[in-house]
Amino acid sequence: MSRKFTKEHEWIEPADEAGCFRVGITDYAQSQLGDVVAIDLPEVGRQVEAGGECAVIESVKAASDIYAPIAGTVRVVNDKLADAPELVNQDAEGAGWLFEISGDIGSATDLIDRAEYDQHTA
Amino acid sequence: MTAAQPRSTFLSALHERLGARMVDFAGWRLPLQFSGIVAEHNQVRTAAGLFDVSHMCQFALTGSDRVANAQRLLPIDAAALKPGRNKYTFMCNEQGGVIDDLVIGNDGERLFVVCNAARAERVLAHVTEHLHGACALERLADRALLALQGPQAAALIAKLAPEAEQLFFMDSLCSRIADSEVRICRCGYTGEDGFEISADGSAAVALAEQLIADGAAPAGLGARDLLRIEAGLCLYGNELDEQTNPVAAGLAWSISPRRRREGGFIGDQAVLAMLAEGSRRQLVGLSVQGRLPLRRGAKLDCGNQAAVGEVTSGGWSPVLEKPVAIAFVESAAAKAGTQLAALVRDKSIECEVVSLPHVAHNYKIRPRKPAGN
Repeated sequence: MSRKFTKEHEWIEPADEAGCFRVGITDYAQSQLGDVVAIDLPEVGRQVEAGGECAVIESVKAASDIYAPIAGTVRVVNDKLADAPELVNQDAEGAGWLFEISGDIGSATDLIDRAEYDQHTA
Repeated sequence: MTAAQPRSTFLSALHERLGARMVDFAGWRLPLQFSGIVAEHNQVRTAAGLFDVSHMCQFALTGSDRVANAQRLLPIDAAALKPGRNKYTFMCNEQGGVIDDLVIGNDGERLFVVCNAARAERVLAHVTEHLHGACALERLADRALLALQGPQAAALIAKLAPEAEQLFFMDSLCSRIADSEVRICRCGYTGEDGFEISADGSAAVALAEQLIADGAAPAGLGARDLLRIEAGLCLYGNELDEQTNPVAAGLAWSISPRRRREGGFIGDQAVLAMLAEGSRRQLVGLSVQGRLPLRRGAKLDCGNQAAVGEVTSGGWSPVLEKPVAIAFVESAAAKAGTQLAALVRDKSIECEVVSLPHVAHNYKIRPRKPAGN
């Protein structure tokens, strides 16, 4: 599976660990949020529902909810963001990833590919 | 309220040309940001930024009874307000709640007022209702208002109106720039030195373009909010409303000594009673642990005492590189150094009461005259 997107401006792709998926926000999303100053990440081990609130990104503008694209358990969070939340602005679709969930990709609703996502934000 | 189309200011087209991200604010279409909120904030703190604040309501009181009218409406000593001087003040309802905060200046033949956009209709109706004697209210809807703010503001204004550089904080003058009449007041809403320039709408774009060409960075509402929170300045709707006593909101300093003794302004009984008795709650600053900003509405606990207050404004301070907030707290918890806990979602965030402003003001204050002569 290649990287997929949600209309809520998240991306999801398989992580190194089997059955795990890494989640972040898109570059478009970070450009809309503006300067990110803090990220409220979920606790490791937390059970999340597909489409449920999972994290909050605080920018200088506002607090924005981040939703879990799939149901499962939070396995890892990106610890680097605690001291360097600006990674989300600098590299949203790379080093600025948010968390990894172990779960069933089939629980996701409405995942779209890059072309469709780009159309969505055009 | 009807969901009317937001109004454009004289500068809206310029903002869009400069690449602004526009938002609807108080019924107006205004720039939220240009290059970025933090970048614009830093420009204002270190150089100069230019805000379009034309949405704010400008009006004049004229006629030989204008001072008596101002005395009835406002808790300042309007009779002692000399030509070229301006005061920050507020207007109360009969119960002592704040209808709006505003700046009033003496232009010689008129009193010149700037109040909040969101409160314009309420203010104008209130003034009209209480007009008496030989006094007329004239709304100056054909005028734009630009706020040039930052340590380089004086050098920039000097290029266009050299005499404005001689003004002190809260002084104003009427002059001409490029053959168009302007009113310049050395004031602002950022804590920095700066000038608010009231200009004819037809001349506003050229004036803004000139100031930007000279080095002022266009700045939007996002930066303006961070700057005013750092400066500890009230925002109507957040810290002030018609249920809030101005003494609780920390505005007692703006009430003139004579009006404290004599009263005579609308709402005087409630305001003077609170001055005498003290307020049950006070507006304070909060210094926040960690990086998560507190937002408006967050509840505050003190030890095992729940709900001793509530955050009214919060955000990120680029100067202090941490979150800062303004909050109403019960007077027992209002002392600087008091440790509080704010509830943000499921987390308890530690914070400490600090005196405002969070970031020191940088005004060009008129030197005091030596006492005793």
